[in-house]
Amino acid sequence: MNKYAALMKNGILTENPNLVQLIGMCPTMAVSTSLKNGIGMGLAATAVLICSNAVISLLRKITPNKIRIAVYVVIIAGFVTMVDLLMQAFTPALSKSLGLFIPLIVVNCIILARAEAFASKNSVLDSAVDGLSMGLGFTFTLCILSTVREILGNGTLLGFHILGRAYEPALIMILPTGGFLTLGIVIAVKQKLSSGKEAR
Amino acid sequence: MSFSQIFSLMLTAILIENFIFVKFLGCCPFLGVSKKMDTAFGMSLAVIFVMTMASIVTWIVNTYVLIPFGLAYMQTVAFILIIATLVQFVEMVMIKAVPALYQALGIYLPLITTNCAVLGVAILNINKGLNLLGSAIYGFSGGVGFMLAIMLFASVRERLEFCDYPKCFEGFPIALVTAGLLSLAFMGFQGLKIW
Repeated sequence: MNKYAALMKNGILTENPNLVQLIGMCPTMAVSTSLKNGIGMGLAATAVLICSNAVISLLRKITPNKIRIAVYVVIIAGFVTMVDLLMQAFTPALSKSLGLFIPLIVVNCIILARAEAFASKNSVLDSAVDGLSMGLGFTFTLCILSTVREILGNGTLLGFHILGRAYEPALIMILPTGGFLTLGIVIAVKQKLSSGKEAR
Repeated sequence: MSFSQIFSLMLTAILIENFIFVKFLGCCPFLGVSKKMDTAFGMSLAVIFVMTMASIVTWIVNTYVLIPFGLAYMQTVAFILIIATLVQFVEMVMIKAVPALYQALGIYLPLITTNCAVLGVAILNINKGLNLLGSAIYGFSGGVGFMLAIMLFASVRERLEFCDYPKCFEGFPIALVTAGLLSLAFMGFQGLKIW
């Protein structure tokens, strides 16, 4: 049980894909305009990560080394198509607002990186847990970013007005510029915190 | 397609809807290989080439294979396979035909497969309902927009090395803040409308 707890902590905090490994930036910045989008995207990617990690790990002994990347990409693309179709059917509004970025989960570096670095060497259950924890780590970053951006840029959280009418929304936070700036500052804060820890 | 349509399509892809600063496509290579001007240049040349080729091939496959056979839902799988094959093919041709260029591009070529700008442009072409010529032009100018962004960014980043900023901003954060300011500049093109 301890092993799984360690794996979970690894994905969400110590090896957080966005904040520590610095991969998978495009969707992080693009869809974090509102908390709802952020959670939706995070969970969609998590679902793909768990499934693709499990299947890749299942096939790891019979996958020829030379064409492994192609095999991974096809497996990932298959799951992304499933998630895409399911979202179109059950959450059409969310699917529309995420738009292009759902099919683009295929080329999200996090998924391919986990396939190559973890799932191709570990057992099925470990890989699935790793997928879950990395996915939740990704969702966690998305939640932080989108909460900041939605509150500052729109004065709302999950669609509810929380800052009162007097607050003039800083539109720039919703625009692409806000995405770059917020992510930059969040990573800077994280580096500050971890450097403080090391100094002590 | 008339000349004015082509011109406005190009301007849209390069400036108004710049792939990196406005659409957030291709941020990983943008942040990864923009530390030096010459590597940024090599990478963007490879991206322009692959984006143009991918736009043409995916459009043809989508129109003549996927749609007639009712397989439009397989778009993502088909496109990523096409792009991966294409990149491999381009690599093989380059080794034979122009080894100098291959040397210059080096490891950037295989990395393009996972550049979301390439898959993004293929899907956007279909969503926008462009024809074959339009797709090729959109792919090419999207690549040019990528080049513009990455070159601007690399030149700023080279100077950043000598700047004084808080220590916790070292590395990625300062790069992201810089990119944010650059994207602010690109927002100036937002209201631009031609014809």
